[in-house]
Amino acid sequence: MSPEVSRFQLGERVRILDLGKPGHVRTPLYIRNKIGVIDHVCGDFESPEERAYGRLNGPRIPLYRVRIMQHEIWPDYAGPKQDSLVIEIYSHWLQRA
Amino acid sequence: MTPHEDHDDHHHDHHGHDHHHHDGHGHAPHPAREDDDVELTYEEARFLALKAMLVETGLITADEVMRRLAVNDLGSPHQGARMVARAWLDPAFKERMLANPKAAARELDIAVTEAELMVIENTPETHNLVVCTLCSCYPRSLLGEPPAWYVSKAYRSRAVREPRKVLREFGMDVPDSVEVRVHDSNADLRYMIMPLRPPGTEGMSEEQLVALISRDSLVGAAPLSAS
Repeated sequence: MSPEVSRFQLGERVRILDLGKPGHVRTPLYIRNKIGVIDHVCGDFESPEERAYGRLNGPRIPLYRVRIMQHEIWPDYAGPKQDSLVIEIYSHWLQRA
Repeated sequence: MTPHEDHDDHHHDHHGHDHHHHDGHGHAPHPAREDDDVELTYEEARFLALKAMLVETGLITADEVMRRLAVNDLGSPHQGARMVARAWLDPAFKERMLANPKAAARELDIAVTEAELMVIENTPETHNLVVCTLCSCYPRSLLGEPPAWYVSKAYRSRAVREPRKVLREFGMDVPDSVEVRVHDSNADLRYMIMPLRPPGTEGMSEEQLVALISRDSLVGAAPLSAS
């Protein structure tokens, strides 16, 4: 895991990255490369990408809830424009947008 | 599996409790019974073999497994309904519940096994719906085992893609002026929805309110009414 950890502020615009990383990742395909806003700062957690393989008690990394508009996720989304989705993303999958 | 508060978990341990029931044979909490004459699935056989090995090598004891199953069995939608009914009646409790759901649950003697819980309040402006697109994460200590529809691939894929259509199938027509906000429970937090208190319930007792609150409404997937 990279030693430098990015921290984000509430309301900050972020892009969810596509790290192309194999294994037990918690960033679903449908949300990669989408832009949203930090909706909640959840705190720091051990990475499930490590824990899943028995590497416990590793460094804790920040987890955020990111809110993305449905029309950003699905260009042909059928509902009104204010509909949104909130998803938990670890900091190394995020970049300022 | 540890007796102390752990990560649930579903993501990391893949213990037999959380396998998806591909085969329609899906009896939830206890993986297999001796007198069950249906053939074990691959996952059930693997779970039982793994459990036996862990017990044989002394890494866990059969007693620990039984104790954890007993704790799991305390989870039921009744617990979540108790929290919501209390929150409707007691604004100070509601504030505490939204700020720290685990502490609020403990006030009602609910044993919380999840590491992180979040209660999200429906408002006249926003209707909230929970889904775990990656597996079957669910606030089990407040709602029990998830229903079959919650872990189905159809729900997990459609709830994020066409939530309004899914809600209509559950009998809920959300007006276009209201935001539908979907929460993907994909990582470390577990979510319960606090539904709007239905009109016509003024003057009801806490017990009467608890009886009104359906499991599905605590996931955001069903409307509530006074009768």
